[in-house]
Parts: sequence; C-alpha cells; structure tokens
Amino acid sequence: MALTLVIEDIHKAYGNLEVLKGISFGMQKGDTKVVIGPSGTGKSTLLRCINRLSPPDKGQVWLEGEEITHSKSNINQLRAKIGFVFQDFNLFSHLTALKNVSIAPMKVMRMKKKEAAKLAMEELEKVGLGDKADAYPAQLSGGQQQRVSIARALAMSPKLILFDEPTSALDPELIGEVLEVMINLAKDGMTMLVVSHEMGFARSVADEVIFMEQGVIVEQGPPQQLFASPKQPRTREFLHKITELYGEEREKGN
Amino acid sequence: MYKVILEELPYLLQGVLVALELLLAFISLGFLVGAVLAVMRVYGNRLLVLLAILIERFFRGVPAVVLLFLFFYGLSGVPPFVAAVLGLGLRSAAYQSQIFKGAIQAIESGQMTAARALGMGKLKAIRCIIIPQALRLAIGPWSNEFASELKDTSLAYTIGVIELLRRAKYIVSYTYGNNTLLVYGVCALMYLVLVRTGNVILYRLERRLAIPGFERREEGG
Repeated sequence: MALTLVIEDIHKAYGNLEVLKGISFGMQKGDTKVVIGPSGTGKSTLLRCINRLSPPDKGQVWLEGEEITHSKSNINQLRAKIGFVFQDFNLFSHLTALKNVSIAPMKVMRMKKKEAAKLAMEELEKVGLGDKADAYPAQLSGGQQQRVSIARALAMSPKLILFDEPTSALDPELIGEVLEVMINLAKDGMTMLVVSHEMGFARSVADEVIFMEQGVIVEQGPPQQLFASPKQPRTREFLHKITELYGEEREKGN
Repeated sequence: MYKVILEELPYLLQGVLVALELLLAFISLGFLVGAVLAVMRVYGNRLLVLLAILIERFFRGVPAVVLLFLFFYGLSGVPPFVAAVLGLGLRSAAYQSQIFKGAIQAIESGQMTAARALGMGKLKAIRCIIIPQALRLAIGPWSNEFASELKDTSLAYTIGVIELLRRAKYIVSYTYGNNTLLVYGVCALMYLVLVRTGNVILYRLERRLAIPGFERREEGG
C-alpha cells in the first residue's frame, strides 16, 4: 500500500549548526504519529522541512508518491494538501474566524465565495466554533484561536496535517478543548504528524511515538511500548523528566 | 478692501480645486509606486532592493522645486500639471515607500508563513494577507504625508500651474500690492482648513477600518 508520507534521510543545517542529521520514516493513511524530544532537537524544523517552509539541504519527502523536495515540484499545490497548525496559531488578524477559514479555499482553490463560506462554517462547527464565525482573532481565546486554525487547515481537505506544538502557547485550562478536537480528528482517520509533549494525547491516539534528540531519531514505537519499556537510556531519562513535569494527574485527566 | 476677497473668492476656490486635483493625481501615483517600492525593499532579491533604495534616495534627497524644474524643463513640451504630478508624485512615492516598508515590517512573520503554508504564492500572500494589514497600520503615518503633500502642491506654482497660491499672487499683483497680507492670509486659511479636514477624514477612516480587538491610536494633531 502506498504511503501518504515518506521522509527519506532529511538533513538540515543552519550555518554550522546541524539541526537534522538524517531523518527517515513513513506514514500510512490515517496514521497519527507524535514526535517528542528536548527543545532544540529539530522537531519543528522537521515539520518545516516536510512542506519546504525550510527547504531541507539533503534528502527527499514524498506526499502520496509525489516528491515535494523535487526542484520542479509545484510547491504551492503540494502545500495546499498539507495542513499546518502552528504553536502560536498565526491566524490572519485582519479577518474574521470565518474568513480565516475560507480565504485559502477561495484564493488557492478558486472556490466561489458563497461556497467557501459554507464550507468554512461547516469546518468551524466541526471544531465547535460555529457561533464565533464573525469574531476576529484578537477577540478569541488562545484555545479558540487554535481551533480556528485547525478548521483553517481542514478546509483545504488536506492529505496530512502537521501540528507544531499546538498546545504549548496555551493556558493549561485551554489545552483540553484543542486536544479534544485533535483526538476526534485522529479517530476520524486524519493523517497527523504531531510535535507535542502531551503524553495523554500520545497514549490515547498515537500509532507511534518518535523520540528525537540532536537531529536523529533515538527510538520509535507504539506509545504503550515506548512509554512502558523504552529501550534507550536517553528515552527513559527524557520520559521520566516529562512525566515529572506534566504530572500523573494530567495524564489520567486526558 | 475686503471686497476684493469676496469678488475673487470663486477664482481662489477654483485654485483650491486645481490644488486638490493635483494632490489627488500625484499622491495616487506616489501611493502605487510607493507600495511597489516597499514590497521590493522587504521581499525583493538583492537587485530589486538596490534599485528601490536608489530610487528612494534620489527622490528624497533632491529638493521638490528642483525635481519640478527637472521634469518641467527636462521633458520639453510637457504641460506644467503633468510635470508637477511626476515630480511631486515620485518624491511622494519615496516617502510613502518608507511608511509602507515600516508597516509591512511591523506585521508578524507568522502571517506570511501561515499564508505560504496554505499554498499561497509569495505575491498572492502579499496581496491578500500582508497589504490589507499593512495599509491599516499605515493610515496614521500616511496622514502626515498627506498633510505635507497637500501643502507642497503650492510648489507647483514655480513651474506655472495656476493653483491656489499662484492665483493669490495674481490678485495681489493686479491690485498693486494693496491687499498682500489679506489675500495671502485667506490663502493660508484655505490650506489650513483643507489639511484639518483631510486629517479628520483619515482618522475616521482609520477607526472604521480598525481590526476589532486591537488598540486604537488617539486622535492627534
């Protein structure tokens, strides 16, 4: 079966700093993979290399058999098929929630205004924000903004959504509403690559957890196995720290 | 003595109209060229950046009257009004590009990143996401530019555009200098009213276009 996403030997350096030193993995349709690891180990860079927001120095990325990293690929067309959810939302601040969701279908997929508005409304309802369609980003809470940004990604019917620490900029009490939307997406069969330290999320929906450190994948496996009996000492150490930080209670809560 | 003003009021008001026509024409030219220069400065490659800087430096570094002479006498046969639109317009473009450049740079880089991630090309992202936000930010500083350019329409009289100041001067001349202070005083008052009216309109526009949830600037001088 053809894979939705294939990443082959991705390298990326900023000046002398080698951020990614050969990352490879594949994702099947409907997979949810969670990338964890200390900060500064290239997790966000990896996501940005996938849709070439930061072009990798070496290596290839394929989306449904089409090579994104090929110099002649139509990058805008490919990016349109890959949703991206940012840590700090990056909603378009001059547009209402509805327009934030409808602008890309209109401007990128040339959808009619009315049709795009209808689609946007459906997506907003999917994330529980139908009543906030006319609100501007600055009038929404962080959790609501992030849900709008998920709706914005969904409106493009993406083959894959990349999540870059989607809950890290949120107040603790707002994290739950965003995770709930993401959990539902995963259950609905969306293909998702998530950089996050939300262990509860990883445990309940991830097919695989990838532990990255210093630009390489140290260990990967199903969450039950990786969390319960990590093979690498570094993984064990890191998981221990994370659990201490986030606390057992939160995990159970999710 | 005051009769002269009453008699010549229509003549002076026509001068106001000419000044406003001139302003509208050259500030629009300055707006378009200024916006392009600003986008070149922020998003262009090295060549475009260099080109934008050269144009900007030249038109900001040469006095307005000298520019007017260059265009009027340099392009022989061009009507004074057209020369004024070109000279003052390109100078205004240089100033407006500075305003727009600042406004574009004030927008968080994440806005561009998000637009690109959705599959918008660079130009489309600039047009649909960056420009609408930058223009809102630019209205405040732009109203200063508007006021100073409105006043600078009077410079066009040096190459023979028969606008407000030139008309005032005619009246003073043919009444043998008896009403100098009065005529120029009325002329000054007219500029003052125009500038204030323009600023109030721009301030209202800024408020109307303000993005809900963002802080607004207080009305200033």
